[in-house]
Amino acid sequence: MLKQLFHSQVALGFAQAGVTAVLAMIVGFAASKRGIHVEWKTFVALARGLAQIVAIGFVLVFMLKGPQWTSVLMLSAMVIAAGATSAGRTKKVPGSFEVSFWSILIGSGSVIAVMTWAGVIDGAITSIVPVGSMVIANSMNTNALALDRFRAEVEAHVGEIESALALGAAPDVSVSPAVEKSFSASLIPALNNLRSLGLVWIPGLMAGMVLTGSSPLYAAIYQFVVIAMIFASSGLTSLICTNLIRKRIFTPAEQFAMVR
Amino acid sequence: MSIILQAQHLTRSVKGKTIVHEVSFDVNAGELLAIVGPSGAGKSSLLRLLNRLDEPTSGSVFIEGKDYREIPTRELRRRVGMVMQRPFVFPGTVAENLRFGPQQQGKTLSDDEIESLLRDVGLNGYASEDVGHLSGGEAQRVCFARALANQPAVLLLDEPTSALDEVAKLEVEAVIRRISAQGVTSVMVTHDFSQARRLATRAAQLQSGKLIRIGPATEVLNVEAALS
Repeated sequence: MLKQLFHSQVALGFAQAGVTAVLAMIVGFAASKRGIHVEWKTFVALARGLAQIVAIGFVLVFMLKGPQWTSVLMLSAMVIAAGATSAGRTKKVPGSFEVSFWSILIGSGSVIAVMTWAGVIDGAITSIVPVGSMVIANSMNTNALALDRFRAEVEAHVGEIESALALGAAPDVSVSPAVEKSFSASLIPALNNLRSLGLVWIPGLMAGMVLTGSSPLYAAIYQFVVIAMIFASSGLTSLICTNLIRKRIFTPAEQFAMVR
Repeated sequence: MSIILQAQHLTRSVKGKTIVHEVSFDVNAGELLAIVGPSGAGKSSLLRLLNRLDEPTSGSVFIEGKDYREIPTRELRRRVGMVMQRPFVFPGTVAENLRFGPQQQGKTLSDDEIESLLRDVGLNGYASEDVGHLSGGEAQRVCFARALANQPAVLLLDEPTSALDEVAKLEVEAVIRRISAQGVTSVMVTHDFSQARRLATRAAQLQSGKLIRIGPATEVLNVEAALS
């Protein structure tokens, strides 16, 4: 229906975005009927998401004509934004931005670097930026899940943690159950993606490659490569995050320091 | 009588509010000092300063004459044990709970040592019991045995019976009496004056974070009873 009404591709895109946003807002209002007020958050997230992706679209068009090093600049900016977004969900955890930033930087950065060096990711801006952004975005989600679960576990078990400290245990030992649980929980989405690949979902990258003339077999294998890469970077991010964060919730005198 | 623990001018302020104010007292070897006072008087906050679970804003604590800031934190907490208000047992068996503290120093308790600790708290034969099957009173007695496994110089008891029913409370009081008789030095926080009268050798009364009275338990508690 929209295609008949809008003949310009840009106008059609905005119309499609409008319909999707209305649908998302309906879900937000439906939730508010049950006392869950997420309407404003939904609206802000939709507006922010649209503005960001349109801006990135313009930047990409500009960068395609620029030197290759600009892709590093762009991926670095994405890591900073990912760190801030991830940390925003867990303000109670001291130093959550630094932890998120370093975890995502090392987790996704090392995987992108190794994969580019090995030739799995093409070094061209048109390839490294979209694939890199997928890796960074998934690392961000894993990091946010790890932080959020860690905070919840620690808050629910302050008594056990302080009992362990009172018995002369090292802070690392006292929070190790929380670390193990948050690491496992944060990897569930990445693991599910890997397990359900091709069965429950056919990711857009593969569909896009087939549509642009790649061999379906190569597209399928490459899609697996990307999802496995995402799993590796998510695992590494979560490992670094949970290791860094457990040191942050204690003072140098080994006292519990998380905001209660 | 030798002094095991000395609190000197302990003060703790949180967000501009002073919750413990210039508190000083001594704890003698083998005694049970009860810290009494109404809710919000700063009793538990004071107790948490004694093993450095919280940091004093000013003042310090001396353990057998040594400033506790000069003692590595983990060693300090082994020497100044603590039993919390609620029984926070770790998942696993009773024996695993008892082994936790010594394990942190690389020591392993033998089965005989476990059984001896359990006998002290009236839980003979419970070593292989899963902690999930214990009653509140039994779990709290496991916490006592777990703290004693570190052979602390002083044991801090933070309202150890307040989360228990009447029967469990009496069982835990019997444990406190037994370990006191064995010469274990303890500092117990309680809002229950009659409990303090039953168990303590000396009492210290806190009010709004300040120490207002300290002395033999009957004396301090009688003054309080007369005033109220």
